[in-house]
Amino acid sequence: MSGYSFDLYGAGLTALGSGALWWPERQALCVSDLHLGKSERIARRGGAALPPYETRDTLARLASDLDRTGARTVICLGDSFDDPLAMQALPRQDRLWISTLQAGRRWIWIEGNHDPGPVDLSGTHLAELSLGPLQFRHIAAAEAKGEVSGHYHPKVRLRLRGRALQRPAFLLDRDRLILPAYGTYTGGLFCDRPPLADLIGDPGLAILTGAQPRAVPMPRS
Amino acid sequence: MVARADAPATLLIAPTGGGKTMAGFLPTLAELADGRHTGLHTLYVSPLKALAADIKRNLRTPVDEIGLPIRIEDRTGDTSATQKKRQRADPPHILLTTPESLALLTSYEDAPRMFAGLQRVVVDEIHALAESKRGDQLMLALARLQSLCPGLRRVGLSATVEDPAAIAQLLAHHPDPCEILMADPGPDPNIAMLETAEAPPWSGGGAAYAIPAVLEQVRQHKTTLIFHNTRAQAEIFFHNLWLANDEGLPIGIHHGSLDRQRRERVEAAMVRGELRAIVCTGSLDLGIDWGDVDLVIQIGAPKNVKRLVQRIGRANHRYNAPSKALLVPANRFEVVECVAALEAARAHDLDGEPRGPGPRDVLCQHILIAACAGPFDADALYAEMTGAGPYADLERVEFDACLDFCATGGYALRAYDRWQRLQQRPDGLWQLRDPRSAQRIRMNIGTIQDTDTLKVRMRRNRGGKPLGEIEEGFAASLSPGDTFLIGGQVVRYEGLREMVVEVSRERGRKPKIATFMGTKFATSTQLSARILDMLQQKDWPQLPRHTADWLALQRRMSRLPQRGRLLIESFPHDGRECVCVYGFAGRNAQQTLGLLLTKRMEETGLHPMGFVATDYATLIWGLDAPTDPRPLFDIDALRDGLDTWLAGNAVMKRTFRASATIAGLIERNTGGQRKSGRQATFSSDILYDTLLKYDPDHLLMRITRAEAMRGLVDFGRIEEMIARVGARIDLVRVGRVTPLAAPLFLEVGKVPVKGAAEERLLAEESDRLLAEAGLVGIGA
Repeated sequence: MSGYSFDLYGAGLTALGSGALWWPERQALCVSDLHLGKSERIARRGGAALPPYETRDTLARLASDLDRTGARTVICLGDSFDDPLAMQALPRQDRLWISTLQAGRRWIWIEGNHDPGPVDLSGTHLAELSLGPLQFRHIAAAEAKGEVSGHYHPKVRLRLRGRALQRPAFLLDRDRLILPAYGTYTGGLFCDRPPLADLIGDPGLAILTGAQPRAVPMPRS
Repeated sequence: MVARADAPATLLIAPTGGGKTMAGFLPTLAELADGRHTGLHTLYVSPLKALAADIKRNLRTPVDEIGLPIRIEDRTGDTSATQKKRQRADPPHILLTTPESLALLTSYEDAPRMFAGLQRVVVDEIHALAESKRGDQLMLALARLQSLCPGLRRVGLSATVEDPAAIAQLLAHHPDPCEILMADPGPDPNIAMLETAEAPPWSGGGAAYAIPAVLEQVRQHKTTLIFHNTRAQAEIFFHNLWLANDEGLPIGIHHGSLDRQRRERVEAAMVRGELRAIVCTGSLDLGIDWGDVDLVIQIGAPKNVKRLVQRIGRANHRYNAPSKALLVPANRFEVVECVAALEAARAHDLDGEPRGPGPRDVLCQHILIAACAGPFDADALYAEMTGAGPYADLERVEFDACLDFCATGGYALRAYDRWQRLQQRPDGLWQLRDPRSAQRIRMNIGTIQDTDTLKVRMRRNRGGKPLGEIEEGFAASLSPGDTFLIGGQVVRYEGLREMVVEVSRERGRKPKIATFMGTKFATSTQLSARILDMLQQKDWPQLPRHTADWLALQRRMSRLPQRGRLLIESFPHDGRECVCVYGFAGRNAQQTLGLLLTKRMEETGLHPMGFVATDYATLIWGLDAPTDPRPLFDIDALRDGLDTWLAGNAVMKRTFRASATIAGLIERNTGGQRKSGRQATFSSDILYDTLLKYDPDHLLMRITRAEAMRGLVDFGRIEEMIARVGARIDLVRVGRVTPLAAPLFLEVGKVPVKGAAEERLLAEESDRLLAEAGLVGIGA
């Protein structure tokens, strides 16, 4: 499978070009910051009516990653929903689609700052998850070891022979991994801005998403 | 003007200056003289805030001298909140404002009370407003006022234009007639090329070679305006001029990216006659009375004869003497352009493109503005809008589509039944569902597109001096220690703090160049044709020797472009393979040609990396040389592919962003939002991609396609070029950059091609950086 493979605390992991993390040994797929229902939340709060297709687009990409990995466990690393009301307002066909994806899989919803509290969909709801040597939580904790988190939507900016390129990216150092946002309607925070720049120690690596994920030393300002 | 005071609409066309603004106010002063009118009488709308302030000053003097009981105030983005509030409660007799401030005024619930009694509207510099969506928005606002004040009379003031009837149609309330008055155009201007000791360079836009000659002209004249086409060029020129200004002549700089206070200081000094010259851009194009200007210098090719003539009119307009102007080409190709423009100006051969129908994104914004003012009836709003000249032919079905977009988003998937932005009440009127959204809509009023810019300040302990703004993309390319020009001084980039670029003074170093988006003009069809005709001459007695020699060299090394043929050059340069296509179709069409050709090159595995377009050519570079570029120019394939692949490109996304912002789908970025964390906001490109995938026939996608076809894509001019050229394509392979292609390498606005080349470069960069850092295999 096309991906960038590396070790974190003895776990052999693969960063997929889609922004998902694949752990072959545990047959586990981890995605962060889906922000399902974002357009609904913005409209509800009196903002613009954005194209209401981001939930199905995000689910379609997730379905494709599940299909090609054959994952047995799915870990949604928090901010899976843009807010609790957005989850409740999810159209019936999107809920059905989620149930279809869940069939025959262990499914874990880690809570995030956008979606605290229980999820009214099947699956296990947890604040954090400990699996083998790794800790899965939404927001990176100081001093954590072997931690996989999301929340910051990291992205990276590079200059290539005078051409500027920016992409969502995984950030990795010896102790932790921060996942890019997987949701369709998500922006990003440049990895050279605080607090990302401080969370990732030296030597830090950025793995850029895209057709073929590529690693570069994490750019610092 | 007084004789026609009762006409519903009058258009006065007079050369720049010429006192036409005061003429527009004469009926107002006559009607207000008896002191019996209470409330607002006359609304004056101009494209520039500075113009409103200037007119206030000029109007105040005669009114006070005669002792007329008239209150005159201006209202722009710069007016204080207290003042604005008071103006709504107790409006002056004469209110001077801009289209955006007027649109905002009509969005308030108390608008009917504020505009009650309004008699006259004076639209100044209407020729400038007519060139953009600001004019469309203004006419919709006037249609609104016409409903509130049925007897409203309109006066438009315009500089010389090629098609006065089109401006009259824009101005008049449909179907009222509009009389056109032509003022005496005055004596013909005295225009010439500036004679310089040194020849212009092969390429570049700085015109540094002309500095001594320009300084000499400044010395010989009282006040000189030195016009530039872009802000970056103005900055560089001002810097160089200052370095050479040994006598310390007082010279200022003025452009739209400078801090407002700095601009106002320059304006005030100019009015007091303290400056001998101002280096400026289009920010001084419009009718502010800049004192005794006796010379206009245009640096760089004017691109458009009409604009040149209007700029030239800034000199000597007070004395009915011929205006005096000098043209300074920045490089050799511009010598040709300048001579062609000069000949056209002498022949009174003005150019211009016909206006299309009123754009629907502006219409969507107008519907939202109407909703802010209170519940509305759809039939009445439709009828009102068709009273605006640009929307006179608006079909009901188009209006309904825009209303549906504003209310529900207008998606094929009806997702917002509960959260509609506008809801229809049981009595049939439409209103905002959430009153809080009125505030957000008002924040978004206007049709001017700002690129994302960051403020620049001197680094001090706290709150250093503001200097101006630079583009965010340029700021992102800076590292501490880099230098750039702003406001004519070289500054050193220190860092970014709370979205403000902090700099320190840095003398004597060669600056990097600040990039500004600014307006880029496309050379008009008429001017391009004149240039091609000139290139076809056997020799060029009207051109300076150096330029004639250069064209002769191009003819020897390669060929000169010909009308009725298409010249394509192919050559290696700087490790890349280049293809240069001389279509002379104008910047936008050449840009589209770049998109079409790079797509074809990507398909045939040539790894194109990017291209840049000018008014006369498109230059494409890539990793591999085309062995036979001819198949790339299979015209039928290019045309067939247009619709499908045009969808995915950067120009369409840029057009989409502009229209989606105007239509209210995207909110303008404010500094505060950016500061509070970028991960909450995402790129409008994602919205475009999503619509393309799931709802390609959505209203905004249709608007984007229509806009792009006549604006940034300008496929019409490509088709015209194709028809002209037929199969007569000349391919020339040369060993190095040709004389005519050289200037293209210095053009800004390069468009990257996101294809296989990017992946290949990223792979190379990744391998190189990891090896260099000794990081191969990290993570264990």
